[in-house]
Amino acid sequence: MPEKEKKRRPAAPGKKTSHKKSRSARYSANRPEIIVTCCFFGLLFAALIGYLSYFTATSEEEMINNSYNSRQEILLSRNYRGTIYSRDGDVLAETRLDADQEESRAYPYGKLFAHAVGYSTKGRTGIEALANYYLINTNTSLSNKAANDIAGIKNPGDSVYTALDVELQQVADDQLNIYKGAIVVTEVSTGKILAMVSHPGFDPNEIGAIWDSIVEDEDSSVLLNRVTQGQYPPGSTFKIVTALEYIRENPDTYNDYSYQCNGYFSSGTGRINCYHGTNHGQVGFESSFAKSCNSSFANIGVNLEQQSFEETLEELLFNRPLPVDFPYSESKANVVDRVSMNELMQTSIGQGRTQISPLHLNMITSAIANGGILMKPYAVDRVENDEGRIVKAFEPSAYGSLMTGEEAGILKGLMESVVEEGTGRKLSGLSHTAAGKTGSAEYNDDKEDSHAWFTGFVRACAGPGNLRHDHRGGSRQRRGLCGSHRQADLRCLF
Amino acid sequence: MREYITELSRYIIPALMAVYTLCSFACLAQGVAQKQGSSRSTGIYTVQNIIMFFLQLLMFTDLALVSGDMEYVFFYVFVQVFLLAAVAMVPVIYEKANRLLLNNMCMLMGTGLCVISRVSFNQAVRQYIIVLMSLAVSLFIPWILSQIHFLKKLTWLYGIAGIVMLGMVLLYSEVTYGAEISFTIGGLTFQPSEFVKIVFVFFLAAALWEDASIVRVGMTAVIAGAHVVILVMSKDLGSALIFFVGYVFVVFAATRNYLYLLAGAVGGSGAAWGALKLFGHVRDRVLTWRDPWSYIDKEGYSITQSLFAIGSGNWFGMGLLKGNPTAIPFVEKDFIFSSVCEELGVAFGICIILLSVACFLEMMRMSALIRDRFYQLVVYGIGIMYIFQIFLTIGGGIKLIPLTGVTLPFISYGGSSVMTTMIMFFLIQGIYIRLQQEGGRHNARKGKETPSGSAREKDQS
Repeated sequence: MPEKEKKRRPAAPGKKTSHKKSRSARYSANRPEIIVTCCFFGLLFAALIGYLSYFTATSEEEMINNSYNSRQEILLSRNYRGTIYSRDGDVLAETRLDADQEESRAYPYGKLFAHAVGYSTKGRTGIEALANYYLINTNTSLSNKAANDIAGIKNPGDSVYTALDVELQQVADDQLNIYKGAIVVTEVSTGKILAMVSHPGFDPNEIGAIWDSIVEDEDSSVLLNRVTQGQYPPGSTFKIVTALEYIRENPDTYNDYSYQCNGYFSSGTGRINCYHGTNHGQVGFESSFAKSCNSSFANIGVNLEQQSFEETLEELLFNRPLPVDFPYSESKANVVDRVSMNELMQTSIGQGRTQISPLHLNMITSAIANGGILMKPYAVDRVENDEGRIVKAFEPSAYGSLMTGEEAGILKGLMESVVEEGTGRKLSGLSHTAAGKTGSAEYNDDKEDSHAWFTGFVRACAGPGNLRHDHRGGSRQRRGLCGSHRQADLRCLF
Repeated sequence: MREYITELSRYIIPALMAVYTLCSFACLAQGVAQKQGSSRSTGIYTVQNIIMFFLQLLMFTDLALVSGDMEYVFFYVFVQVFLLAAVAMVPVIYEKANRLLLNNMCMLMGTGLCVISRVSFNQAVRQYIIVLMSLAVSLFIPWILSQIHFLKKLTWLYGIAGIVMLGMVLLYSEVTYGAEISFTIGGLTFQPSEFVKIVFVFFLAAALWEDASIVRVGMTAVIAGAHVVILVMSKDLGSALIFFVGYVFVVFAATRNYLYLLAGAVGGSGAAWGALKLFGHVRDRVLTWRDPWSYIDKEGYSITQSLFAIGSGNWFGMGLLKGNPTAIPFVEKDFIFSSVCEELGVAFGICIILLSVACFLEMMRMSALIRDRFYQLVVYGIGIMYIFQIFLTIGGGIKLIPLTGVTLPFISYGGSSVMTTMIMFFLIQGIYIRLQQEGGRHNARKGKETPSGSAREKDQS
């Protein structure tokens, strides 16, 4: 049949065309309208295809990870959940098969990585949630797939290599000991999360068994990752923010600041006491910071321009989303809306209604250590298939500047003075220069209840960490933690 | 072995589909360049046919291998019989049929049958029977067109018939308190709004081909408006939009006045705003379009499931029978495109879109060649309604626009839809054949002409 057409068709055109021409003027008169119509729908469909392509290119992971998407189960019915490794290749989570080929998820380090790695059976948290998409997909070779298909077994899911460091995590965990608290250690230059501990914890191996009792117990906070989702008054660590604002308002004269501390500061009805009622005497800007003089900082706070303070807070990501891709709580600080003088005083020393997560404080500190530039914190370093081929590598990425390099330098100097001559003297005399800021925030009218904070960093390439724990029964334990990516450094800091 | 075939076909299928689509556009470009379709080389059509049959083989092999079900093998054979019949018979019966439209129609229908058989085998069998019936009916259409000469005189009859048919459904659903847009007679479910599309296009063309004065346009506006209002009242928003857009564009082509496009845009926006204020079901659609995630349990369920399907499928799809398209409510009708994207991949899905656009452009190209204003408007109107329906259903499924719940022509399950679209395509074929015979009347020396009548060529215009 096609041949027939081939033969006939060429016969026609010559004549037809000429014939056509004579009439075309009359009949194809509305050709422009048809062309306009074609262009209109052409654009419409270009938009359609463009949107579809954009959606496809950007949302696969998000779509698969949604708990309403039943395809997760489909993938899991075909692939074993992949393994999660530490930066050194230690197994943090893996799927094991028993004699009956029943799968179970095992966490060799038990409680140690409870919040960082999370769990995957009662919902998903931690890396198990974050990297779920990679863990349930497979990039094993076609020949393996074929062999597995014949053997009737599932394909191995891809493995996820994290930045977490087992030894560092262990040290941090030891330091928190029995206290409630949180420690996060990141690498300043990259944003890699090296350790993340939250106490109290739980054993993810037992999650199925303990789940009901945890859920029933409304007071239980073992599932809460205090690093990312905890919200605490920052106490004196917030003086970093207040100091930054003061420097911004008085770029040339901030060092001329001087204040006579009598152990308290009052304005109107409000009164601020220095820690333990200490009388710091005559203090300058740096010594106010190093000695963490509440009175002096309250004095600074009440004289700050509230609008400009608000802008600085926003730049430091207060009341804003943090640039991280795991769940977190937004930090809150208010210096503008219906703020009394008393509240402003409280806020400038980190009391009052200001709330911050340890992760956020860590990010601010990291930016200071990194010349003002914040690297986005991330925990998953790369994804590999079962044969070690890299499927996807995650590169460090900068969020942007939280402050200028100059400001970061000044704050760094202030934080070093804390360690050299201020409240963080325990850390002085280390082989590497440490810098940090201590904090103690009362969260209860009972002065016995307070949060202890420390945030800081070692060397340029080291990471800050921070710590909080409750003081209990009057035993006041104060611990400092400086994070470093080198375990040896860290040890000596405790 | 099984794994090799299914895994490789994930890539071969979209690749072949892309080649096929390229062929379509090559054909189109050739046609536009020559301004007269008759001298296109037929080789490219043969290539398209070969690709289509190979694709069918691959897809059904996947289905049979993964499911291990012999029924897919039987179904495959049946589908191939149909496709072969269509591809081979039509050019024999109607020598001058447009093979680009024919091939694309077969391609889309073949894919549709395959995808529906994956979602629900029983529905696929029903669909197959309807497709076969539709082809049988449609084959006569070009011939009928050449026999009947009073089509352009029935102007108001078309309009009234359309309103009556739509009105009946509205009353019927009022009586049964349902939101049904179809009714069932003797086990067969009809969706009259589909068939009324054809009548509506004839109405517009007949009303406007001679006289496109403002009075005339106003009169047609009343009838067209009645169609749209009845459809909105029947909660068939998608069809209402299709009728409205069809009307605006046909008026534009008939009057050659850009102001009508503007008036349509303004009026359409006003009507949309009014509908938004008046009707709860319209508000729901807009709400779930803007933020389906907040309503994921109820109103936003289907659209989010559709997005999951597309997102999970990604460029190359999960492979036939390896996804979960049935998680989407009404997948076989409103969301068939999402299921195509999920299992055959978005790359394949984009080819489907492009093929539909190629059909539309080919129709536009034809309508530009037709001298008889009536038939020109018919072809033009059908093209507009066809392509706009595709935009509505796909745009709705990917959350570009609010969901309107219309079918994807040739691919979705639904007898009325597939039959109507096929009739539309064969109407165009018939008009195209007329066009060619008119154009080449003086060399009507061919011995063996088609049943459309070697000489039935009374020029209507």
